[in-house]
Amino acid sequence: MATEEMTLSVPVHEHEEHAHKKLVIIAWSGDLDKVWPQMILATTGAALGMETTIFFTFWGLFSLVKDNKRITGENWMQKMVAMMDHPGVDHLKLGKMNFAGAGPVMMKKLAKEHSVASPGELLQLAVDMGVKLVPCQMTMDLLGLKREDMIDGLGEPAGATVMLTESQDAITLFI
Amino acid sequence: MSQGITKTLDLKGLSCPLPIVKTAQAAKELQSGDVIEALATDPGSVADFAAWCKSTGNELVEQSQDGAVFRFVIRKK
Repeated sequence: MATEEMTLSVPVHEHEEHAHKKLVIIAWSGDLDKVWPQMILATTGAALGMETTIFFTFWGLFSLVKDNKRITGENWMQKMVAMMDHPGVDHLKLGKMNFAGAGPVMMKKLAKEHSVASPGELLQLAVDMGVKLVPCQMTMDLLGLKREDMIDGLGEPAGATVMLTESQDAITLFI
Repeated sequence: MSQGITKTLDLKGLSCPLPIVKTAQAAKELQSGDVIEALATDPGSVADFAAWCKSTGNELVEQSQDGAVFRFVIRKK
């Protein structure tokens, strides 16, 4: 009888539309080598006509800080974090082979030679293409980041519940 | 076949994902039935344009290669 129940749950529509129309990227890392694919996939999702959202959380949130903001945060610990992790999409470090900043410099030079758009350029493209950029409220509080510290064009800060609800009928990527 | 081309995009030298992103942005500005000619040098664009057309429903009317330049002719859905 267990078999019978299982048979009933087999989908009836064999030729239904399988293409996902939504893409949700959870941007958790602030490393250059992770932010780059976050931006490449988001802009490509938008190009494919997918309703695309990036949820920026933990270290990922630093990409949304204005590049001219050096120190963010309200208390000394939050300021120390910003000291160690220079916020802003043009100041990202490599997760591997950072070599005290020499790695990113070489990567960016290579990217320029091969006409690969920088994460900053791709972030701007994402905004232009209507990708929803959602900062994590909890991380903003944790790091003492204020709205005026962050770039324009962001959606309302939200939490895990909103993101998981958004993700229910979407392709989700955790980068 | 240059007749009927609404817009030509010079995407030469650009790498993934820009050829597709720029094409999608240009397509947004056009009407249904308009024809885009895209010129790219990224070898990955051959598979990317095929996949993009298949996924978005735009029609890849013609595809050719002249030296290092790939040419795609796309009719907007």
